[in-house]
Amino acid sequence: MPDPSDISDYPHYTTGEPVTDTAAPGGPIAERWDRRRFEAKLVNPANRRKHTVIVVGTGLAGGAAGATLAEQGYHVVQFCYQDSPRRAHSIAAQGGINAAKNYRNDGDSVHRLFYDTVKGGDFRARESNVHRLAQVSVEIIDQCVAQGVPFAREYGGLLDTRSFGGVQVSRTFYARGQTGQQLLLGAYQALSRQIDAGNVEMHARTEMLDLIVVNGRARGIVARDLITGAVSTYVADAVVLASGGYGNVFYLSTNAKNSNATAIWRAHRRGAYFANPCFTQIHPTCIPRSGDHQSKLTLMSESLRNDGRIWVPKAKGDTRPPGEIPEAERDYYLERIYPAFGNLVPRDIASRAAKNVCDEGRGVGPGGQGVYLDFADAIRRMGRKAVEAKYGNLFEMYERITAEDPYEVPMRIYPAIHYTMGGLWVDYDLQTTVPGLFAIGEANFSDHGANRLGASALMQGLADGYFVLPSTINDFLARHPHDAVPADHPAVTEAVAEVTDRLRRLLAVGGDRTPDSFHRELGELLWDECGMARTDAGLRKALGRIPALREEFWRRIRVPGTGEELNQSLEKANRIVDYLELAELMCLDALHRTESCGGHFREESATPDGEAARKDEEFSYAAAWQFTGTGSPPVLHREDLTFEHVHPTQRSYA
Amino acid sequence: MDLTLRIWRQRTAGEAGAMTTYRVTGISEDMSFLEMLDHLNEELILAGDEPVAFDHDCREGICGACGMVINGQAHGPERTTTCQLHMRHFSDGDTIDVEPWRAAAFPVVKDLVVDRSAFDRIIGSGGYVSVPTGSAPDAHATPVPKPVADLAFEHAECIGCGACVAACPNGSAMLFTSAKVVHLNVLPQGAPERESRVLGMVDAMDDQGFGGCTNTGECATACPKGIPLQSIATMNREYLRASLKGGRRR
Repeated sequence: MPDPSDISDYPHYTTGEPVTDTAAPGGPIAERWDRRRFEAKLVNPANRRKHTVIVVGTGLAGGAAGATLAEQGYHVVQFCYQDSPRRAHSIAAQGGINAAKNYRNDGDSVHRLFYDTVKGGDFRARESNVHRLAQVSVEIIDQCVAQGVPFAREYGGLLDTRSFGGVQVSRTFYARGQTGQQLLLGAYQALSRQIDAGNVEMHARTEMLDLIVVNGRARGIVARDLITGAVSTYVADAVVLASGGYGNVFYLSTNAKNSNATAIWRAHRRGAYFANPCFTQIHPTCIPRSGDHQSKLTLMSESLRNDGRIWVPKAKGDTRPPGEIPEAERDYYLERIYPAFGNLVPRDIASRAAKNVCDEGRGVGPGGQGVYLDFADAIRRMGRKAVEAKYGNLFEMYERITAEDPYEVPMRIYPAIHYTMGGLWVDYDLQTTVPGLFAIGEANFSDHGANRLGASALMQGLADGYFVLPSTINDFLARHPHDAVPADHPAVTEAVAEVTDRLRRLLAVGGDRTPDSFHRELGELLWDECGMARTDAGLRKALGRIPALREEFWRRIRVPGTGEELNQSLEKANRIVDYLELAELMCLDALHRTESCGGHFREESATPDGEAARKDEEFSYAAAWQFTGTGSPPVLHREDLTFEHVHPTQRSYA
Repeated sequence: MDLTLRIWRQRTAGEAGAMTTYRVTGISEDMSFLEMLDHLNEELILAGDEPVAFDHDCREGICGACGMVINGQAHGPERTTTCQLHMRHFSDGDTIDVEPWRAAAFPVVKDLVVDRSAFDRIIGSGGYVSVPTGSAPDAHATPVPKPVADLAFEHAECIGCGACVAACPNGSAMLFTSAKVVHLNVLPQGAPERESRVLGMVDAMDDQGFGGCTNTGECATACPKGIPLQSIATMNREYLRASLKGGRRR
């Protein structure tokens, strides 16, 4: 095995110029956003309707951006693959949304939220962006309340908050376990108002399949009408990608089944750098898979760990029912290893510990891929009624899926892919390396570093969509006048030809394997080698296997039907083509980053007691990758991160 | 378990459809109904047939994408979404009928996929608060009594799946529309547009070809989120009040 710290022998990437211009203004950090907005050029309100902006995606980021840009007077052309903009996967977020309101008078502030987010991200995020996120957070709550979002309230009529994700202040606003749904419906309603007013041209059931770049600038997209199969081009003055994360590359994840990476990957192929693809988040409390038929994973709120105790049998291969395993033969491993934090250690640590005990052969349930989350003590201590009041709806959901009663039998949980911190590289203006192409929400890499804190995804999506992008895109449109793009421009016809050719090729193979069978195989490989714990050998193995799988895909894929109709198999297969390239970049990024940080755990880089060890001298940068061709070595551009306000420290939870 | 499925197959909106019979074997009771259909589709693809098209996305019961009439009931025998219906509610040897939502306002697109965009047009006709980004006062400027906030939440839970319309013998969208009217009309933030909202949304509902309400209550029984039937009465009252006040659609 090669020396893990030396990857110079790995020939599959080259190093290019560092990224030095992040467009972040200088000066005191608390004044940068004001300064940026003041320095931005504005588009005369009367001229805005002459500008067309494409927005891809209608989740929290895209829905908020489309509505806001239309309110400002721009002509917005918006797309989603779902049958309605109301269904984007932001809708499934449960927990809440952070904001530095300090309504509790418990010592919270913009600076504290900024500090917590940089630290929580394990010091791999850009300070300027994170500070702005914390500043904007307070406006989000105001906006959503005014829209009629029914946040939880106290008897005095004021908003309730709770603490979340191990922070010491109570800054998370919530709407029962459906915060994402309520926030998304707020954005959807604002967007619907603009659609009805004719300011947004909405294309539902239409999927972006490529980016059109003319003279180095993003000028439109190629999209397929999923009902008729028609491939069309749409041109604009700027393109905004709000298409979400890429967690579905793992096949099994908590993402919606059709969430995909095609929009961002196609943009990457057209020149947008892809940053930190190996930074993926694994959530510790999901319902384990019940068999090979499993199509997706369901998350159970993290709050369960407040009262549930996690354990596995002490002995390997103990198949007795949990009730028959005496106390002395149980291993409450989190309480044993982390006596101070116990069952409340951060997500990444809880997930890895579960993997370790299962790898030792002590996992429970089908395939030994699960651990118990036991409420017996809580029921004894608080009484069944109190447990029911606190967790009743979660217990019900668990029982509906597993047919087991968690009041009687301990729950079984296992970690699952949940969120991707990596994404398209963007500067302070949320612009990618392709001028005129912006990426917002989970689609970009910007704010969470190597690990996202709970209740921060909703905050970032809405911050980008309602407040940040509408300000910065103004400046871009004001400064970069342009000519119209003729429909027969070579860049347009080439992009269309590439898309139609790929669809035609997928339909023509006529092989003997279904799209799902390839997706499952790729997902399992990634989960094993680029999941919760990564090693040099494992990543090299995956990097060897992926190109072979790609080759096999193009030889054996079977896509029934035609391209001129609703064809869900064709949609799937086309997304897998991109996963098969993205997966390779994820593994390469994970291989090159020989440190452990946040969600990226390299077994070779651990403290003596097995915890993640960062290497700040070598890796205090964001890795922005440039595409050079399928299977050919990408170019690594480093954006060095400097920490003026939050000083890097090693996390400790023992 | 082994099952016989009778599934509505229809190639395009314009073509006639028919129930088609399939046999599936080795179905696990832990599968969701959609996973059972995934299983069938994998077999169909390998056999050179076309898989059954159906809408689905989050598979957690919150996005509202999935929905089919199973043995004559919207979302099947349990009060939940189709994605959260598990095969343990069926028995070995069962014959299961699977059809798309049936309603004039939801034309079939293909197989079990229908066009529910009429719902979006109802929301666009008043199902919002007109508050452009950046214009909001501080969130605590207007306290909302907890019971009012809870009532609004209870109605805001609607996922827009369309089961209420599919279950209604008249194909009415009253439950869907009233859920949004009540959610926004009870809140102080929604008060300035209280009249125009209900008038606009009810007009749009009629324009989209949904049927009238005859108080059969099937909608609330089928609703996977438990939107109360009473919301329809509340909307009727709001509508009457707005009409008497001479309110008009924007």
